[in-house]
Amino acid sequence: MKARIENIEPLSATIKRFTLAPEAAKLFPAGAAGAFILLEIPGPSRVWKNAYSLISGGRRETYEIIVRRVAHSRGGSAWLHDHAAPGQLLEISEPANLFPIARAAQNHLLLSAGIGITPFLSYLPVLQAHNLGFELHHCCKQDEQEIFRPLLPNLPNVTLHGSRNSLDLTALLSAQKLNTHLYVCGPEAFMDGVIAAAKKIGWPDAKIHEESFGGATGGAPFRVNLARSGVALEVASDQTLLEALESAGLQPPRMCRGGACGVCELPVLEGVPDHHDHFLTAAARAAGKSIMTCVSRAKTPELVLDF
Amino acid sequence: MNISLKPAETFRGDFSARNSDAAILRFPFPFPEDVYMYGVNIEPHVRGGPTAAYDAVFDIDEHYLGECEDRALTLIDDPARCQVLPHMIEAEWDTLELLMESLATDYPDLFNLTKNRTAWRWQNRPLGIDHSFIFGAAQSLPCPPFEYITRQVQGDFTLQDQRDNNLYMDGGMVTSQADWSLNFDLGMSFHEWHGPVPVAHELGVFDRALAYLLRLQYGKPVRRLNWTLTVNPRLDTSPENYPLWGPDKATVTPEDIGEKMCLRVELQTLTRLPRSNAILFGIRGYLIRLEELVRVKKYAKRMHRVLRDLHPDIVEYKGMPRYRQMIIDYLAPFDDGEILSSGTAPDQTRL
Repeated sequence: MKARIENIEPLSATIKRFTLAPEAAKLFPAGAAGAFILLEIPGPSRVWKNAYSLISGGRRETYEIIVRRVAHSRGGSAWLHDHAAPGQLLEISEPANLFPIARAAQNHLLLSAGIGITPFLSYLPVLQAHNLGFELHHCCKQDEQEIFRPLLPNLPNVTLHGSRNSLDLTALLSAQKLNTHLYVCGPEAFMDGVIAAAKKIGWPDAKIHEESFGGATGGAPFRVNLARSGVALEVASDQTLLEALESAGLQPPRMCRGGACGVCELPVLEGVPDHHDHFLTAAARAAGKSIMTCVSRAKTPELVLDF
Repeated sequence: MNISLKPAETFRGDFSARNSDAAILRFPFPFPEDVYMYGVNIEPHVRGGPTAAYDAVFDIDEHYLGECEDRALTLIDDPARCQVLPHMIEAEWDTLELLMESLATDYPDLFNLTKNRTAWRWQNRPLGIDHSFIFGAAQSLPCPPFEYITRQVQGDFTLQDQRDNNLYMDGGMVTSQADWSLNFDLGMSFHEWHGPVPVAHELGVFDRALAYLLRLQYGKPVRRLNWTLTVNPRLDTSPENYPLWGPDKATVTPEDIGEKMCLRVELQTLTRLPRSNAILFGIRGYLIRLEELVRVKKYAKRMHRVLRDLHPDIVEYKGMPRYRQMIIDYLAPFDDGEILSSGTAPDQTRL
């Protein structure tokens, strides 16, 4: 669907808030706490599709997202920062949600770092409206505290940390009630640290929820042979396997583009995949019989896929 | 869509419900081939299909008034037919929004929805409802939002919460079911509520179906058909009321089987709800007497062949051993052995 950029508000040199409105005088589909949309961003030679969390919750008049300009951006966030202007039309997807609030839980512990705060900005009004117990800890760089402070409500259970070191994870996770669910969003190293700490003291998987953030980062180029389509392709270093398939005019299954939903899984016939997803089990990764095309790449010069 | 609603008919007691010619021609006949077997028959729920029953997101037909009245009667006797667990309140509003918007868009002559941000006005002309309320404020409605809107829509609905990589039946409005109980299933997980189904568990059908549904996307609803046989056009064939309808099975004779025996088809839809991330499962039931069905030549012939060659386990599961042969004998004279087109379109425009 088409969306018009209604407003762009700089929050810092590298962070901007975008307000999007439906092209016609209609309403958007309702978003939700934790939902994201895909933005199609025009580039000189191709279209980028980036996922951004909606921070506007269920509001239908406008969507809001926050975009950090990624260092060495492939084109998506750089275009939004340097070329996007109010009035421009963008193609966006309908919202999807891979990071919903576990509504049957009574307590919610939210841990974020950096731009990973965005899904929680849509959580907070819902948690407050339904009187659900929650605690939010947001970590950022010392010099970015003044960027994030205005985004957060001034509540005793919301804490801003000027470095990750001021957050004693083990103490925090140990002190939680049994009916608490944990949500974590931020850079991969942050999420891995939180989840490892939680598992070490016995948190069950079912109570740990992670948002994959940042998405595909590129890597060494490789070749892919599609056995059923009879097509051979080069996957460039700044391109995902999924993007390579799409740019060849193919319609492979896909949804989240972040390695989380599992929709884009394809069987691997030859070659060794380099997994970057959050979906496959450890056993499935080791077996190497399938690949999530949206984020994963190849450890061998060539992959042969059953597609 | 232009439809004319019949005055309220009965789906109990004297069973006055009948299908008009138009209703027979739009019936969602479930057998695309002469042989029926279980399979994954899920497809995108997009507008348009073999008959007009597929034209709307939620189908309203000539039986609207009678079915709403029958639901109200069932709820008076047994309020537990509508239950929603407290954590599903957002899914209740999601459902109300989806149903009101769909009905107002598909049937502007019957329903109207006016919105000024959260101040909504809902007009249901057939039922004489004109209600202004605040979206999100339950106290501005005469009953909880899910019950409020599902009292005004044909078909049963259940709400599935998604958590722990599973689906839980955490709410529903179920007054026209084919022998299952919301009160019994409420709170169950996907495999638990499908427990009674034979064979399919061993085949892994439910593991695959669950994996598929966990990834159901917003804005991309899917549908499938299910079918069984019901004696008399009775909507409420519930376990709770088995003493009322169970004995009907023993009353069927070769003389009245065409009038009494009904093919019951469920047009099931699955829709991801936006705010709650829950799944709304719609079970839109259609009943057609055999004497009505056989007026479509293709349906009479195909129904005969399907029942004649049906796998014995399915005969047993659908509860039809007692009268299966009687139905085959009733249908056989209509079947001249002609080769039929595949698909479920009636292949005739008049009866």
